[in-house]
Amino acid sequence: MNTAQPLTQRQPEETLSMDPKKFILWLFIVSIVMLFASQTSAYLVRRAEGNWLEYQIPVIFSYSTVVLFLSSLFMQWAYYSAKKDNFANLKIAISITFVLGMAFLWMQFQGWKELVAMKVYFVGNPSGSFFYVFTGLHGFHLISGLLVLLYALVAAFRMKVHAKSLRQMEICTTYWHFLDVLWLYLFFFLLTFN
Amino acid sequence: MSVVETGIGTTVHAEEHEHHEEQNFWRKYIFSEDHKVIAKQYLITGIMWSVIGIAMSVVFRIQLGFPNANLSWLKPVLGQWINDTGQLDPNFYLALVTMHGTIMVFFVLTAGLSGTFSNFLIPLQIGARDMASGFLNMLSYWFFFTASVIMFSSLFLQTGPAAGGWVIYPPLSALPQAHIGSQMGMTLWLVSMTLFIVSQLLGGINYITTVINLRTRGMAFNRLPLTIWAFFITAILGLISFPVLLSAALLLIFDRHFGTSFYLSEIYINGEALPNVGGSPILFQHLFWFLGHPEVYIVLLPALGITSEIIATNSRKPIFGYRAMIASLIGIAFLSFIVWAHHMFVTGMNPFLGSVFMFLTLIIAVPSAVKAFNYTTTLWRGNLVFTPAMLFSIGLVSLFVTGGLTGIILGNSALDIQLHDTYFVVAHFHIVMGAASAFGLFAGVYHWFPKMFGRMMNNTLGQIHFWLTFTGIYLVFFPMHYIGIAGFPRRYYQFTTYNFSSSFTDLNAFISVAAILSFLAQFIFLWNFFYSIFKGKKSPQNPWRSNTLEWTAPINPGHGNWVGEIPPVYRWPYDYSKPGAPEDFIPQNVPYSQTPESNLPHENEEIAMEKVIEAQNFNDQFKEAH
Repeated sequence: MNTAQPLTQRQPEETLSMDPKKFILWLFIVSIVMLFASQTSAYLVRRAEGNWLEYQIPVIFSYSTVVLFLSSLFMQWAYYSAKKDNFANLKIAISITFVLGMAFLWMQFQGWKELVAMKVYFVGNPSGSFFYVFTGLHGFHLISGLLVLLYALVAAFRMKVHAKSLRQMEICTTYWHFLDVLWLYLFFFLLTFN
Repeated sequence: MSVVETGIGTTVHAEEHEHHEEQNFWRKYIFSEDHKVIAKQYLITGIMWSVIGIAMSVVFRIQLGFPNANLSWLKPVLGQWINDTGQLDPNFYLALVTMHGTIMVFFVLTAGLSGTFSNFLIPLQIGARDMASGFLNMLSYWFFFTASVIMFSSLFLQTGPAAGGWVIYPPLSALPQAHIGSQMGMTLWLVSMTLFIVSQLLGGINYITTVINLRTRGMAFNRLPLTIWAFFITAILGLISFPVLLSAALLLIFDRHFGTSFYLSEIYINGEALPNVGGSPILFQHLFWFLGHPEVYIVLLPALGITSEIIATNSRKPIFGYRAMIASLIGIAFLSFIVWAHHMFVTGMNPFLGSVFMFLTLIIAVPSAVKAFNYTTTLWRGNLVFTPAMLFSIGLVSLFVTGGLTGIILGNSALDIQLHDTYFVVAHFHIVMGAASAFGLFAGVYHWFPKMFGRMMNNTLGQIHFWLTFTGIYLVFFPMHYIGIAGFPRRYYQFTTYNFSSSFTDLNAFISVAAILSFLAQFIFLWNFFYSIFKGKKSPQNPWRSNTLEWTAPINPGHGNWVGEIPPVYRWPYDYSKPGAPEDFIPQNVPYSQTPESNLPHENEEIAMEKVIEAQNFNDQFKEAH
């Protein structure tokens, strides 16, 4: 992107030329990070006050974590395929990512059902309520991620994603990885401070 | 054109091409993506809200100043809230103070100030065609508009709008049976504020992206006008703190509507025990004030940026300590995140923790004092031009110092035991945050009105408006400190039960009269503003002989701001009264090679860089203004 002539003397500072749309995504991620940072710190503040219900986190949440992590790997594969103009692989990888994302949501929902069976309700001790809020808020953001993914998927099948037009794919990949990392953080946070 | 096309660049442009079609009325003036139109939309909405918000304060000031007055004459407006004997309903009094706070803090001084001037000035002063995403920018305004409509409609509810104070502490706000204002009014408050937060996030994300990515050639960070620095840091504050308020509001919504117990625990109401166990109302206060304190600076920093620019321009002198001004902005912004608990000294927190927060709070005095001194030293021996904008800027400095001094008193955790929730607090934050920011808003409107509407506001009316407002503010808030120290608590409908407390009535009546007069003085501004939009004197190209880029754009800039190429920038924006120069100002787009008579030795070396600056690439969103 840089075409300024090479110079021996000090160069004036270049105005940063990152793609504004990608930059917007990063700032959007910052605001989501703050949302969850405040939630988890509220959790810690409340937990320190005692009167805290302790329960075993259903094992299905561990499986769903693996599923989401896998989907993130497939997303990366899809991105590399797009970069190399390997359209067959791109379509397979992005479809698997989408299916795994849906599977993750379904597993989270099953996890909620198991929690209810364990008599950990949304209404009751805040320790349970927080669990539902964290998973629910993350699920909400994951649905938004699925929508972004769906757009990319449709674009991929219409052959609009290729090495020369990667921006949509980059935005989608970044956001999907972020949602994965966010869930890993929440999951290990909940395991540690249960 | 020295802009270099890149693969990514072309995809950015692809979406903007649709602008080239002739836009119809709706796309041009209503659902506009042009930053200047959106700025005006914010400004006009903000002005409407401020009329409502200040009118509310006048109603409760009448109640405080004249407790037994017959208010039947207000029945046509307030209806059922005035009872048969002409008394204001106490519940509605609480709703009035709550809505006054919410409206003024969020809808006027956040959306009206930051929304107007960040939108208007960022692209014009950094040399960009528009915001990074015009669509998100439009969305930001319409989220704000929807939030406004919902908040406004809550005023007309049978049970009244939210009434738990603008800080909406639970359990009062969480339990509909606690107060009539906690019923539908509170629900609408939460819905409206959620939309408002979304609006602020969309706006803030856009401001940050624009400042970082869309600066013109040569506009390095150390050449940005201080206004842009202030808007930039304000947007970062908002981006970090508003999601936290969203968190707090979300948990409150769950408590109110789904029966969770985040903030509620062991409550008896009307003799009946509630099922909620295990919540913590203090938790809400932590979350709220983690937004709430930065919010103070979200309101104030844009005003400080605006005055920095106006004071330098109208003193015809470079701003004193440009880098110190930026450093103090950053310092204030950083500190604002680690002082929130000074709002909670009397919640029973650990006294040691209290002294930590007290220490951090008092440190804010340092960057604030840097700013106050730099304003004064910029004014010192300048060729002052007393335009209305300049008067309001100097007024801001005065209010900033006055209100800041009482901040040092309130920041002490021991003194706060006496002063907490008294009118001393009310006087403090109204001067330092309310009036100071409002002065910044006025200064900004007077200064950039010619750029906004291509016409000038009436100077004489502006001067009269300033002096009435300035004296009015001090007459209202100075006596308030006194009754606060004496122990008059805020948010009380009436405080005349005891002999000692009735002795405040005279002073309260005085404050109320001053408040009403200052309110009336604002109509001078309103008339001047709306009259000048249509009938004001036509503005020259650069009415204040200012250096910043917006004055190089056409008097009525079209979509895209500059006709042809965007001017590159070669120098900082404060070259006023430079020795040797023929004029007392040298705009930012004048290269050093054209001003050999006034260049300093190191600036002569910069001449070699001009070619490089012109060859730089930058994000030009669309090639031609239209």
